[in-house]
Amino acid sequence: MPTQKTVAATGNTLVAEAIRQCNPDVIPAYPITPQTTVVEELAKFVANGKMHAEYVNVESEHSAMSAAVGASAAGARVATATSSQGLALMWEELHVAAGMRLPIVMFNANRALSAPINIHCDHSDVMGARDTGWIILFAETAQEAYDNTIMSFRIAENKDVLLPVMTTADGFITTHSIDRAEVMDDETVAAFVGDYVPVNALLDPSITVSHGNFAGLGGPYFEFKRSERMAIERSRGVIKSVGEEWSKISGRPFGMIESFGMEDAEIAIVVIGSTAGNARHVARDLRAKGVKAGVVKVRCFRPFPYAELAAVLSGVKAVAVMDRSESFGAEGGPLFLEVRSALYDLATRIPVVDYIYGLGGSDVKTELIDRVFNDLSDIASGAASPSGLVYLGAR
Amino acid sequence: MKWDISKINEWKSDDFPLGAVIPDSGNSRDYVTGGWRSERPVRDDDKCTQCLFCWVYCPDSSVNVVDEKVTTFNLDHCKGCGICAKVCPSDAITMVPEGCELPEVR
Repeated sequence: MPTQKTVAATGNTLVAEAIRQCNPDVIPAYPITPQTTVVEELAKFVANGKMHAEYVNVESEHSAMSAAVGASAAGARVATATSSQGLALMWEELHVAAGMRLPIVMFNANRALSAPINIHCDHSDVMGARDTGWIILFAETAQEAYDNTIMSFRIAENKDVLLPVMTTADGFITTHSIDRAEVMDDETVAAFVGDYVPVNALLDPSITVSHGNFAGLGGPYFEFKRSERMAIERSRGVIKSVGEEWSKISGRPFGMIESFGMEDAEIAIVVIGSTAGNARHVARDLRAKGVKAGVVKVRCFRPFPYAELAAVLSGVKAVAVMDRSESFGAEGGPLFLEVRSALYDLATRIPVVDYIYGLGGSDVKTELIDRVFNDLSDIASGAASPSGLVYLGAR
Repeated sequence: MKWDISKINEWKSDDFPLGAVIPDSGNSRDYVTGGWRSERPVRDDDKCTQCLFCWVYCPDSSVNVVDEKVTTFNLDHCKGCGICAKVCPSDAITMVPEGCELPEVR
């Protein structure tokens, strides 16, 4: 019988708890703000015998992901965590992990990238890894960070998927704020995640296998990339079914996207991560005044939920995309490019405006969200869209 | 049973092993690496004393020996480095350019 306990804890504490409950064999990790407390908690669990993992103190994130790749190829369930510059330093191994089809689970505390140096939240780090072949989940709350982390193991290790999963939460806002959350009992999580049965394990004496092979010069590199694409496409169904399964156990719903007010919305904001809460708060106030405002939160960024977004946005008159990262020189931020592409095949052209916001932890006040909805109301009643992207709240 | 890659050029994305692993051992022998050789060794059997220096020094184990006697060179893996010719104490090995007329040496 699943038993949940209500706790007050930070996002990082809950992510560490989720990782402990999923019982990885190896944790190669390097601390970086604002991920540090995750790996501190994990190190304590191992030191105090509350977890039977091999905790590897590596000398950098490049080594952390290299060790994760090695341990996963050997046949271990592997978890790690990072943030910002650390994720950037892992860049080449991120591709290796996905290309070798290793189901590593990594938590990322979303943080800005240098320069200038900044330790606060934005999505530049994760968006820099969006094309590495990893499945990428974004949490809005500490609760969602906990739940997403547990589901990540099931998604990654599914035999139709076998891809690494990055489960993320907004640095400081979600990782360090104390929030109320429901924590599941150990037995239920262990049963949900199941025992890890590796494929092609180097340490399995019953098979002979070599990893990390050459496939160039007319070799099948091209075909291997295609099979990666096919795997991440298959993951769509797996992410949904794992979400439904965990939803039945936990009582909390999990879709690729989460909608608010979209049943009759005329204007809508599409947003990722912790700002979804602010956006819903403002939309609720506007709806009380009769404005048909809606919010769509994108929970799964890779694979991107094109069909779901097109369906939910098809009736609206104007859409604002809120991007917490830049794609310098592109027509908009990473989320904007995806959303507008998702809407391209609709019969009716919907105006889409991009708002770059909150870079380096820049405060996202409700007044700013108000402004976005006001712009959308103007566009919906025939005003011209703001030309170019808008740096929301920048001086 | 040995991993059968005889039809590898016809395989589709789904036919390749997951994550580009090689699900077999001892297959470096099957991987032809001598294709970029610009010179090949040719051995004069009359001068050769069967001292086996070439066999000892070859960095690619490409000197074929049967019953303690050098027979041929394994041109699937010989890179044409010329070490065999250099160490031969009786000048029995000469390096000749690839692509010219040659007696069959394999």
